[in-house]
Amino acid sequence: MNLDKLLPNLGEWLRGTGPESDVVLSTRIRLARNLADLPFGTRATAAHKGEVVARAKEAVAKAGAAHKLEYLDIPNIAALDRQFLVERQLISRELAGGLDGPRGVAFDPTETASVMVNEEDHLRLQVLRSGFALDDAWRDIDRLDDALEQRLSYAFHAQFGYLTACPTNVGTGMRASVMLHLPALGLTKQIDKVFRALQKINLAVRGLHGEGSRAFGDLYQISNHVTLGKSEPKILNEIREVIVTILDYERKARTALLKERRQAEHDRAARAIGTLGSATMITTEETMELLSAVRLGIHLHLLDGIPVTAVNQLFIHTQSAHLQKLAGHALDGEERNAARAKYLKTKLRELNSHRQ
Amino acid sequence: MKCQFCENPASVHVTEVVNFKKRALHLCEGCARARNLIPGANGPQLDLKALLSLIANPFPAAADDGDDAPVAPAAPPPAPEACPACGLTLAEFRAEGRVGCAHDYDALRAALEPLLERVHRHTAHAGKAPRAVRAREWQKQMKAAVAAEDYEEAARLRDLIRRAASEQ
Ligand SMILES: [Zn+2]
Ligand SMILES: [Zn+2]
Repeated sequence: MNLDKLLPNLGEWLRGTGPESDVVLSTRIRLARNLADLPFGTRATAAHKGEVVARAKEAVAKAGAAHKLEYLDIPNIAALDRQFLVERQLISRELAGGLDGPRGVAFDPTETASVMVNEEDHLRLQVLRSGFALDDAWRDIDRLDDALEQRLSYAFHAQFGYLTACPTNVGTGMRASVMLHLPALGLTKQIDKVFRALQKINLAVRGLHGEGSRAFGDLYQISNHVTLGKSEPKILNEIREVIVTILDYERKARTALLKERRQAEHDRAARAIGTLGSATMITTEETMELLSAVRLGIHLHLLDGIPVTAVNQLFIHTQSAHLQKLAGHALDGEERNAARAKYLKTKLRELNSHRQ
Repeated sequence: MKCQFCENPASVHVTEVVNFKKRALHLCEGCARARNLIPGANGPQLDLKALLSLIANPFPAAADDGDDAPVAPAAPPPAPEACPACGLTLAEFRAEGRVGCAHDYDALRAALEPLLERVHRHTAHAGKAPRAVRAREWQKQMKAAVAAEDYEEAARLRDLIRRAASEQ
């Protein structure tokens, strides 16, 4: 597969058109699954891992999913391409670099469904959808899981459910994450309060790239961490209730901003567009902060003519591996910041000319 | 210094010697309170058990994606145990935080159950099961229904089993 053909595309999940998409960027569900008769990751030899890959490829090929999943061997592709897949949210950083031996990922052309093979677990199924779509994502991944199960014998225990390499995932093996854009809660200094409440009810919060990543650009992922003792629909309902509450807080904060400092917010959004369109060097962090201000400006109807899809796309396309693939070669830190500024300038000019 | 559990500045610092190793904990007041490390209104005593389990394993449920921080049981093992299939010992599991094969959940059950209780507050699965497992369960229920002469229920289960088989 030539990854360059993915470059101009936008994964389905970033369209920015799903339910509640003014606040919710995307919904992701993943299921951890293991084969019953082969050792798990830390105890598996290269031969075992090769066997997992062979069986997984066969099962995926015959799964008859709505969109055909195509398999890609990770050891065979360049480091830059692996990083590109990470930025695309198709594989984890561990699958890209932290692990060795046979491993890979199968995904469909819309980048909605993917199956990582030989990550921490033999299989990590994932479905990504635009907006707040827990039910749709669950329906899709449940089906994919059923289809794979017909050809694979999963490790399942009468008491503990689906067995996983790490006991924090055992039971359903399910992690559901919702990515939220919460600029108004950040601006009105209420975000910490919200997160303290979340920790009390056992939900985890992290940045765009998961574990340990900082929440740049006011993007946050909320996910469950309990996987044992509750059914999948129950876990999803608990997350849903919390997200609905946060949505409400964020919208109230946005309304308050408009009421109390409309002019200042307009100014902030306009300056953000100005900086993005005129900088000659710019870091990922600054880009994300400014894009966040623009995205808020669009949803507050303070900026017009800029489609939110384009802003969502810029969040991903201005990350390092994407820029280097666009450039066609590796770039060092300074070169990247210059390439990022140039890319932003071109894109914003294009948007402007469409507008007039 | 930042709190080990959140972004707030750490204001509670605890050190303890466990297994000949000095371990330090740095928490903000909120996180320390949430983990019973600060005497509260309903108890003047510091919760020593909570403290020890945190020091043995400073990142228990703080697991991000769960695909993350190794988790090790807090209590020392009563006796050495090993998985007959992959050879994983309890000590290795405690060091790596990962099991080695599907048999480990039985082989190391005595150590795993308290750990699962602590992480999930449950020790038994209550969700989806593979189709084959569901079908076996229905078979059992159907036999029980026949034995109880509840033929209506038995017929319902028989249809369920047939439908599942034809979907394969
Ligand atoms: Zn804290
Ligand atoms: Zn084992």
